[in-house]
Amino acid sequence: MGRYLVRRVLVALPTLVGITGVTFLVSHLLPSDLVLTSLGDRATQSPALVAAFRHRWGLDQPMMIQYLIYFGNLLHGDLGTSIATNRPVLTELALSLPATVELATVSLLAALGAGIALGVLAAGTRNAAVDAVARGLSAIGVAIPTFWFGILLVSTVYFRLGWAPPPGRLTVGLTAPEPVTGMFLVDALLRGRPDLFADALRHMVLPAIVLATVGVGFVTRITRASMLEVIAQDYVRTARAKGLARWSVVSRHALRNALIPVITIGGTLYAQLMSGTVLTETIFSWPGMGRYAFSSAASLDFPAVMGVALVVGVIYVIVNLWVDMLYVLVNPRVRYQ
Amino acid sequence: MGDRPRRRRRPFGLVLGGAVVGLWGAVAIAAPLLAPHGPDEQHLEAAFQPPSSRHLFGTDDLGREVLVRVLYGGRYTLALAFSVVIVAGVVGMFAGALSGYFGGWVDEAAMRTTELVMAFPAIILAMAIVVALGPGLVNAGLAMVLVWWPPYARLARGEVLAVRSLEYVEAATAIGHTRWGIFRRAILPSIVPGMVILATIDLGAAIVTGAGLSFLGLGVTPPTPEWGAMVSAGRELLAQWWVATFPGLAIFLTVIALNFAGDGIRDALDPRVRVRV
Repeated sequence: MGRYLVRRVLVALPTLVGITGVTFLVSHLLPSDLVLTSLGDRATQSPALVAAFRHRWGLDQPMMIQYLIYFGNLLHGDLGTSIATNRPVLTELALSLPATVELATVSLLAALGAGIALGVLAAGTRNAAVDAVARGLSAIGVAIPTFWFGILLVSTVYFRLGWAPPPGRLTVGLTAPEPVTGMFLVDALLRGRPDLFADALRHMVLPAIVLATVGVGFVTRITRASMLEVIAQDYVRTARAKGLARWSVVSRHALRNALIPVITIGGTLYAQLMSGTVLTETIFSWPGMGRYAFSSAASLDFPAVMGVALVVGVIYVIVNLWVDMLYVLVNPRVRYQ
Repeated sequence: MGDRPRRRRRPFGLVLGGAVVGLWGAVAIAAPLLAPHGPDEQHLEAAFQPPSSRHLFGTDDLGREVLVRVLYGGRYTLALAFSVVIVAGVVGMFAGALSGYFGGWVDEAAMRTTELVMAFPAIILAMAIVVALGPGLVNAGLAMVLVWWPPYARLARGEVLAVRSLEYVEAATAIGHTRWGIFRRAILPSIVPGMVILATIDLGAAIVTGAGLSFLGLGVTPPTPEWGAMVSAGRELLAQWWVATFPGLAIFLTVIALNFAGDGIRDALDPRVRVRV
């Protein structure tokens, strides 16, 4: 098992290096004028200023050298300095990543909970109406544009009905809990501040609904299909023949095996949620990695964009590893050499 | 197999979805005939009119008719999505088919490239490219194509590998066709259905992504009436809900119709999918 883990990590390394390479190429080959964007019209008139700027960010070096320098720093755990804010990219990522992880985790749990329940209900009752509702919800979830759904929720639930707080992570005026993990829900509990926990949770409801809606459709479909397959197997019939109640067979015997494909889709979903929150974070003023990626890209801050891309790549690798580990727990027949 | 041929489900989804998509296409093309005036015509005295019998979808901050702009908007949103899927599909098909057919280091290089692009957070890469090129319909399309082609390449490659060793290809070799001739006449036609299926299923995602880029201000820019850009313009107007609602509804209805049509086309074209009821 240990050796398997090491091998998996080694296999992932070339992909991660490739990601830095692609981002580097995109940000250096495309005909964008970093100097103009960063310094503005006036400064570009002065050759000395331009030269100093290019020297400061290593732009006067050949591209290959620039990349090697970046890569060398990376090996020391240095992701470079943000051109826009002049702060280490690592520090900025450490501030924005927890917000995204927190939101993505809550959304994933909501999507899994609702999706599995709907899928089991649809397969277990074989009731046409329940099935139609589940199918309809999944069709809507797959098709709805997140940015539009988010705006609809803000304008109705917050603005018209007043049932939810305005966009943001906490009510204005409240101070965030002393950071431990950077995730407000966790930190509030660790610091013994149930009031902050409740406030942070209320702010998370709408963005989490938006993100979860996309996932619910997938989870429902997979759960339903997998459940129908498992229910048709002999051991389920045996359990029924022993005289067990229908729902206890479904929930205790069938569900466990039916959940295996759901784990895969859950992993994919989690990774997608981490990188796919740009629009949702923009709408809900959520200071996470998606917004950071967007503002960095908009100011051509390539060290920051490369940092985000790398972190997302690492998240994909980690989540896929988790999924494979979970298989072992759920299905004892799976063994890794 | 001794399976009795199943009776296919009637393709309601295909018919209904196809009809809605066709309708949107027709509306987009015929927008100048349907609308009483252009999408940019302003009536400042009639700004922020709620939906009524005079202004069915209401008016926006400049007194422009939201209904007219939604009618015109399909032109940009649909054109962007269709061109991205067609270009990425053709590029991906040739890249994947050639790499699968010729194999060797070409194949290796092509597949590693697809893996790399797919491992990449697509929207972030597209964002970086659009920002570097400058916003605009064509640049947004270009950025999307760059992140959109790998699934087509991988599917095409897989199908070519499956077809390559079949007897009829062997026969074509035996009667002396050239490699390129075999590729063109024996291999390529067999992978086209798979490409069409993937493309129809993919169109909805292309619409949402394209509109999303415009929403972020990276695709079509104001005052062009693109659906995503219109939703973005209505974003802060919480009291004037109609400004953002109707263009978003147009995206939603189109995508859901496309998904139904795509599923229907898959059921109809793909002999490997057995329709279970």
